[in-house]
Parts: sequence; structure tokens; C-alpha cells
Amino acid sequence: MNLQQHNISDNNFEQCIKCTICTVYCPVAAVNPNYPGPKQAGPDGERLRLKKFNFYDESLKYCINCKRCEVACPSNVKIGDIIQAARIKYSKKQPKFRDYILANTDLVGTLSTPLAPIVNTTLGLKPVKAILDGVMKIDHRRTFPKYAFGTFESWYKKVAKKQATYPGQVSYFHGCYVNYNNPQLGKDLIKVMNAFNIGVQLLEKEKCCGVALISNGLIKQAKKQARTNINSIRKSVLEKKLPVIATSSTCTFTIRDEYPHLLDIDNADIRENVELATRYIYRLLGQKKTKLNFKTGKKIKVAYHTPCHMEKLGWAYYSIELLKLIPNIELTILDSQCCGIAGTYGFKKENYKTSQDIGEPLFKQIEALDIDYVVTDCETCKWQIEMSTSKQCEHPISILANALE
Amino acid sequence: MKFDTIIIGGGLSGLISGIYLSQRGLQCVIISSGQSALHFSSGSFDLLNNLPDGTNVQKPLDAISELIKQAPTHPYAKLGENKFKALTQQAEDFFKNIKISIQGNHEENHYRVTPMGTLKPTWLTLKNLLISENGKCLPIQHPGIFNVTGFLDFYSQFITDEFLKMGTKCSIHSINLPALENLRKNPTEMRSVNIARIFDKQENIKELVQILKAESKDCDSIILPAITGLNREDVVDYLRKEINKPIYLLPTLPPSVPGIHTQQKLRSVFQQNGGVYMLGDTVLRAEMKGNRISQIYSFNHGNIPFVGQNFILATGSYFSQGLIANTERVYEPIFDLDVTFTPNRTQWYNSDVFESQPYQSFGVKTDNTFRCMREGKIFENLYATGAILEGFNPLKEGCGAGVSILSAMYIAEQILSK
Repeated sequence: MNLQQHNISDNNFEQCIKCTICTVYCPVAAVNPNYPGPKQAGPDGERLRLKKFNFYDESLKYCINCKRCEVACPSNVKIGDIIQAARIKYSKKQPKFRDYILANTDLVGTLSTPLAPIVNTTLGLKPVKAILDGVMKIDHRRTFPKYAFGTFESWYKKVAKKQATYPGQVSYFHGCYVNYNNPQLGKDLIKVMNAFNIGVQLLEKEKCCGVALISNGLIKQAKKQARTNINSIRKSVLEKKLPVIATSSTCTFTIRDEYPHLLDIDNADIRENVELATRYIYRLLGQKKTKLNFKTGKKIKVAYHTPCHMEKLGWAYYSIELLKLIPNIELTILDSQCCGIAGTYGFKKENYKTSQDIGEPLFKQIEALDIDYVVTDCETCKWQIEMSTSKQCEHPISILANALE
Repeated sequence: MKFDTIIIGGGLSGLISGIYLSQRGLQCVIISSGQSALHFSSGSFDLLNNLPDGTNVQKPLDAISELIKQAPTHPYAKLGENKFKALTQQAEDFFKNIKISIQGNHEENHYRVTPMGTLKPTWLTLKNLLISENGKCLPIQHPGIFNVTGFLDFYSQFITDEFLKMGTKCSIHSINLPALENLRKNPTEMRSVNIARIFDKQENIKELVQILKAESKDCDSIILPAITGLNREDVVDYLRKEINKPIYLLPTLPPSVPGIHTQQKLRSVFQQNGGVYMLGDTVLRAEMKGNRISQIYSFNHGNIPFVGQNFILATGSYFSQGLIANTERVYEPIFDLDVTFTPNRTQWYNSDVFESQPYQSFGVKTDNTFRCMREGKIFENLYATGAILEGFNPLKEGCGAGVSILSAMYIAEQILSK
């Protein structure tokens, strides 16, 4: 018998010295006493789970996968990965119908966009919200993101030819949010890239990155979609020699880091060529000395919010530096803290309070400022901030596009 | 990414040098792989408690010339007597200037109280923590020690026993609030920081006032574990005002609430002065041009390098992997700098754990301005500061924080004078 086969983990939990620093920075442990905290849920629990699977504790579902524990850990333990991997491996709970609906952004988006005006109105109605709350356990206090009337992909078809004429080319992973909810952000990205004389192409086939499927336990489907995406990204990067950029920090993080760590999908050959648009632009500005033509507009006051996955990527710097280029901008950097929504987590009735409690310090900080917009790279942070504060929230690329001639 | 100074390591040393430089207009970045040792801090900063030969030190300034004789590669020896004196004063002004309130000064060590109730000499102690001027007795006669029921990182009985030896007679009390009941669901999470979150909330502080008022009638003062002041600084002042009695905090076992608060305050001062703080990233390698470091690469930033005029290595020692020991050698992983260590591994440690451990004094070799070297060749723009330095034993000499603070300030001065 090979004794070690049962006590070796793929994750480095044995590096943990139980210092509890992760728990200090866990947004959930701060507000929800039912969550045992990252140290207990991660490395501590892993040691037991390796002995026997029934040490698995369903309260791990309260983890929002923000990875702030990993960012804080002085010993470089992959705490968040350990927790998510344990959920995938041990959780016996079947996803509910609600979870399936929340996680299937492509399906719901495809059904909703052609009927957007009706869907948006209906989802805003009190009786509908009451039914969603009662039957589906989607909290009635939650505001739904609006669907766009027509997808980004269908709009793009009209400009594809012109985009192909630019001397430089780049591929764009637009994500579900741009496609179904906010095609304007995709259009803004195209405007900005065109200003650099670069045309934007879409991937041969793009599926939802799968982040919501992973967090709702729909792993098989997540893997399938991840494979489709990786194949398309490979075609772009390896065959066409076009790097892939994205506007969503969470999609980017999922493709780069969660595919190999949680879904066991190797991306080593293309990982370095998938990045956020703001980082790509930062690179362009450094290399080509391209000068952007800004409007001489009026003063704009913004505050940048660092989404959790942006904190983990370490890339907030690029978005912030890009914003600083805009003439007449007054930029405040908000404290890097979780807004509480965590994708589909905050939509669930059982998480609503936790979600809003987590975000409260951030909301307070925002409300205390005299600003025109909050700026952030994450779409779900945007929903949360717009629902929970009086401020509008925009993507840095949209702010930049607006400032350009 | 272009910066004037690139600082690797975001603990006490990295932050002090970063603040010092950015206050004087230099664009700095700090790259930190996880949170720092301040999270385990006692709440006090030591300057010099013992000479290498074990002699106790009362007045660090008087002992510095003897220290230089005994340990010529000690970071303080590199500073020299005059600079050491000047920098200790500057450091105290530095903390005042950034509004970190401290007790104590460089003229003479005072005494801090350990979580076990014993006294140890030190240089500076964060405000509200109990200190003693002379090491033989405490400034209070009949304190009430109040601990949170079920909080296991603070030992009222041990403290009471130790205090009694110094003539201070304590009474023991416990604190319980409904808000604490929630924490108790996870006994392993009954830790200082989690409790501190509760005592940052006004409604809970008010309840605490009621408990303290009701139970402290026969006490001349109140002692609490350091479980408040994580995100706000006014709690103890508020309690004093409400109860009208002296109130002191004692450090708990880690994590350290005063230490975490200090770390966050230093970080925020650094950022307010325009510094960029990148947490959770690891520097992987460096590129050199002649005897200069030209740029470094990190995990998060891949092929986008950090380009800078000067580099400060503040990565700490073994725990934070600023130094790595394997069976053959002790090395510095980013630049592969020259490291001082004895070749025979059996001489690295002493089998009596309480004795001076030689491995504690191993560290990166530097010249007298703390510039690092490889194969004996000095890098003109790479400085090392803090726990990674050679030639001192922070535990035995009680000088860890002092080395971190003074070397950081000295390096910042060197960079500014270039």
C-alpha cells in the first residue's frame, strides 16, 4: 500500500504555519460568523479532509473566492485554491435550479437580449421580484443588471470588415457582460484600440469563462466551456499570432489562473498572452510612444475601486496609470476592499446580508467623496456599487474612450 | 514600470524607507509577498537590550562603542556611533511626524510587558500599552485584568502571578457580550483580530463600558488584552473618559492588533505620499548592467519589468524567505548575493534552544553604506535593510526593530544624497 497517496495534496497546505493572517483579511469572516474563516476552511481543514472525506464542511460554500487570503498570506499558501478545490471534490450538494440559472450567463443572456426591454421592465417589477425571492431564493432587494437590446457579437458583425483593415490586430475576449448587458464597453474598447491603429477581432468561438459555473458547482460544464475558450485562444495566439485582451478582471483571472488550478486545464502555452486591455495599452504606450489625442473637456472626478481579482492579479496599477493620462482628471484611489457581490453570490437570498455587510465600508468611503464616477474593471463590482451607493460606476476603458477625440 | 526607487519587501524596514523617500518626492514602489512580521509584533520596538557578550544594556547610546568593538559587522557598527545617535532621534521624530504615538526614547530603555506578564527592556512602545520605567515594579497597584471569556491567547492568571512578584495585586474579571457569542461558534477563530472587529463597533464598546464600570469598583486601573484598535484609534481614550480610570493594554499572542494597525497606518502614509504598494507579488529575478541592477521581474507582472534608479532589499530573513537555508548553504534567492554563514552546518545552531543561535546572525554581506555584493563585487544601487542583514542577533541582542528602522532611514539618506 502506498501510504502517501492519501496524504499528499496538490496544494501547498503544509506551508501554513497557522498565523491567522488570512482570516484578518477575509471579508466574509469579518461579517458572517457561520463561515469558519480561510485558515480553518483551507489548510487546517485540508489536513483533515485528506484523512477522511467526511471532514468536509458545507460552510465552505460561504467562501466568495476573492483570494484576498492568498494575497495576504506570508507563506504563499494557495488558501483560496484549497477551499475551491475542496468544494469541487467533496461537496455533495447538488446545484439548485436557481444556481443553474444564475450560472448559465450565456443561456440566460441569449434568451434575454432579443426581448431586453420587456425583460428589464419585468425584472424590475415588485411582484416578479417577490416571486424570484420566494420561489428561486434570489433576493428581492437585489437590482438586476439590465440586458442590452441585441448582443455585442451581433453588433460587431457590422464592423468586422473595417476592423480587419487596421495595420495592427488584437483578439478580444468580451465576456458575457459586454455581450449581453453592456455592448457599449466593447464599442469603447474598439474605439480605444483603433486610436492606436489596432483593429479588434473576436475569438472564433467564445463561451462564458465559467467563473459562475465553478462557484455554483457546475464543474463539468465549466470544463467544457473552458476547453472551447482555450482552443479559440490557442488559435488566436499560436496560429494567428494575436494576443488576447479582455475588459473583465474576473474573466481574465479565471482563464489565466483558475483554469489550471481548479479545472485542471493546462494553459501554460497561452497564459502570458491573455491579459487585461489596460495592461496591454500600458505596454503599447511604453513601446511605441504612441500619443493619444484627448479632448479638452471639463474636469472629471473619479475614484478607482480595486476588484478582488484585480488585487490578486496585481494589475490595478495599469488601470490607474491609464486613468492618470486623462487631462483634467482628479483621481482618488479607494482602499482595496471587497464590494461583497462576488459574482452570483450576492444574488442569493441566503447571502444578501453578508454581501451588503462586506461592502458597507466601501460604500461609506464612496459616499463620503465628491466624485462623478466610481471606476472599476469588474462588472459585478459595478452592479454592487451602483445598487448600494448613489454613484455611477464605469470601466476605465469607457472613461478613456470618452476622453479621446 | 519606472520608479525612482524599488523596494522589495513591505514590512517595517521597507515601509520606513519607502515613506522617508516618498515624503521627499521620490516615486517609490513596494513589492511585498504577503503581509509582514509586524502582524506578530509585541507592540514595542527594541533598540539594544544586550551586547553580543550578554551584558545588559540600560542606555543604548552609552553601549554603542562597546557594541562596535564586539561586533564589527553589526549594522550599528556600520552606521558608527554618531550616526547611530542621530538616527535614533530622527526615528522618534519620524513616528511623531506620521502620527504614530509612542512611549519611550533612546536615552534609556523602558520595560514592556510580555503576554506572560514578565518585563522586557525596549526602546519604543505603541501608546496605550502598559510600560514600566524601571523593570522592578509597575506604575499600578490594584489593577483589574479583564479578559474575554474563551480567549485563549491571553493568560490572566500567569500575568497575575508575575505582577504579584512585583508587588502589584490584580483581580481577574471576564468580559462577555452577546456579540461575542457568534465568535464562539468557531473556537479556533477566537483570536485577537476577530475579537477586535467586535470592539471596533460603537454599540459593543458601550456594553464594554458597562461591564468595566460595574466590575472595576475596587480597581485602581484596568488592564485589557490588546483586542481593540484594529481600525480605529480612539477606543481606549473613549473608555478612559467614560470610566475615569487609567486603562492599559497588554499584548496578546499573535496575531497582534497593535502591530497590524501599525502596518496599515504605515502603508497608508506611504500611499498618501504617492507610493505604490503591491501586495501578494513575488520578485523572481533581476537584470544587471555592469555593477548596477537595471530592472527586476515579478510573478504578477511577467514580462513587464520594474525599472529603477535604486533598489532596496527589505525581504526579511528565513520566515519571509529573504534568506533560504538548505543543507549546504544559506542564500539570498533574488540576486544570489554574498551571504555570511559558517560553512559547517553543525555550527549553525546551538542544541540549547535558549542559547544564542548562530544562524540568527547570518545574513547578506554589505559595505558600510549597506550596499550589497556578489562574489565580492559591490552593486552600486542595491541596498539591504532590516532582518536580512548580517552581523546581528535580533533575539539575543534585542535589536531587531532598531536595525530595521535605522538601516532603512540611513539607506534612504544615502539614496537622497546621490
